[in-house]
Amino acid sequence: MIWVNTVVQGLMLGGLYALFATGLSLVFGIMRLVNLAHGDLIVFAAFAILVIVEVLGLDPFVSALLAAPLLFAAGWALQRLVLNRVLGRDILPPLLVTFGLSVALQNGMLEVFSADSRRIRSGALESASVALGPVTLGMLPLLTFASAVAAIFLLNRIFYATALGRAFRATSDDPVTASLMGINPRSVFAIATGLAMVTVTLAALYLGMRANFDPSIGPARLIYAFEAVIIGGLGSLWGTLAGGIIIGLAQTAGAAVNPEWQILAGHLAFLVVLLVRPRGLFPRAFD
Amino acid sequence: MTDVLALSGVSKSFGALRVTDDVSFSVPRGQALGIIGPNGAGKSTLFNLITGNLLPDAGRIELLGRDVTRVPAMERVRMGIGRSFQIPQPFEGLTVFENLLTAAAFGRGRREAEVEEACIAILRDTELLRKANQLAGGLTLLDRKRLELARAMATGPELLLLDEIAGGLTEAECRALVATIRALHAQGVTIIWIEHVLHALNSVVERLLVLDFGRVIGIGEPAEIMASREVREIYLGMEF
Repeated sequence: MIWVNTVVQGLMLGGLYALFATGLSLVFGIMRLVNLAHGDLIVFAAFAILVIVEVLGLDPFVSALLAAPLLFAAGWALQRLVLNRVLGRDILPPLLVTFGLSVALQNGMLEVFSADSRRIRSGALESASVALGPVTLGMLPLLTFASAVAAIFLLNRIFYATALGRAFRATSDDPVTASLMGINPRSVFAIATGLAMVTVTLAALYLGMRANFDPSIGPARLIYAFEAVIIGGLGSLWGTLAGGIIIGLAQTAGAAVNPEWQILAGHLAFLVVLLVRPRGLFPRAFD
Repeated sequence: MTDVLALSGVSKSFGALRVTDDVSFSVPRGQALGIIGPNGAGKSTLFNLITGNLLPDAGRIELLGRDVTRVPAMERVRMGIGRSFQIPQPFEGLTVFENLLTAAAFGRGRREAEVEEACIAILRDTELLRKANQLAGGLTLLDRKRLELARAMATGPELLLLDEIAGGLTEAECRALVATIRALHAQGVTIIWIEHVLHALNSVVERLLVLDFGRVIGIGEPAEIMASREVREIYLGMEF
């Protein structure tokens, strides 16, 4: 029965990784931009929520709700003022700029918040759990997983059932032709990065409530996010969820065998998927 | 009759190469103008200048009486320029209907619900209605060309630019497409059409413009232009 527990815990952890990856997947899918600062932006958002919790004394969920529009605006401005200028045929400039942003964010946060580990306190939720037959599930992991599914479901609705979503997909296909249909690719990109920052806020909320964080942990989150996106297949949000779950499952399975193997098992699972399905599990039909 | 489009003294160079050289012409409302010329004459560049994908080095471009020389491409779409590409460039990950819906909503600056009916009518006109829910990436060449035409029409154009839309089709496919274009023209759409397939072109257009080395070397009645010595020498030598 212990295996059932491992699988369920892995599934829940996968939800967190999927949340890390959703924003990255969204931005990459629409504008082929690899944002190397993605992990640091998650940590930045976690600090933003923490500040609202501590200064205003609000509940973490309410704080995240307040932080989301601010971070949407930050993402929008980042795209408008910086990233739009470096997007082009050459993929190197955006990589360098986001790498620079990553370094600047880490050092800026170190300066402001120090290297101390912090945590977003969520009171009774931290230890709440529900019993499901032989398995006991933490309330927080369960909420994390449900949020990941809900976020990806909503984003998919936006993608496939709204004018904005069609503009996202059209621009992703071909920005030049899209502009000849009256779409402004630059504002489409800005809205996409804004939306990505909203998913980053959600990821940051659960990251900060689940465990300690400090300014240096961004890059490792970026790696998990990357792996989830690649496993799932570029451009597929449900694929990204599947990717997160596969890493989560591999990590808990690895940890069940030997706690030292947790991280390694996740990376190995990634390599195995790459070997078997180089384009990921759910690649786009047309690229 | 008012002019939908007027170019005066438009020039564009890439390095030392002058691809558009002092081009002036105008297209009155409702007219279909054909553009012919050998490969490399600067035909597609001329379209890029009209749509705003390229900016001219000199000269002036007017759309519906307004100076649009420096107006960005996406605004010109909203002002009424629709374009089909020489190599079809559908949004492959969108369905045929979504391709039109997106072009119509953004090209006209309207909500999707307001343009749905128009999109369905265009799909019917271009014989794509039964393929409305297929992904555009899986279409055949003829249907891709039809989609190019349909999508350009969906933006609600005053002026329709067709770039070698008949190229690469079989004789029967070409006839079907020409019939569609004639029908659109009969509805009053102003058309500028670049084409190598001359019999297709001449069955629709009322006026012909010949381009060579970026210069206009003739413009007028198709029969007159085709008969002129200059055109025969420069362009049609291969056909006579």
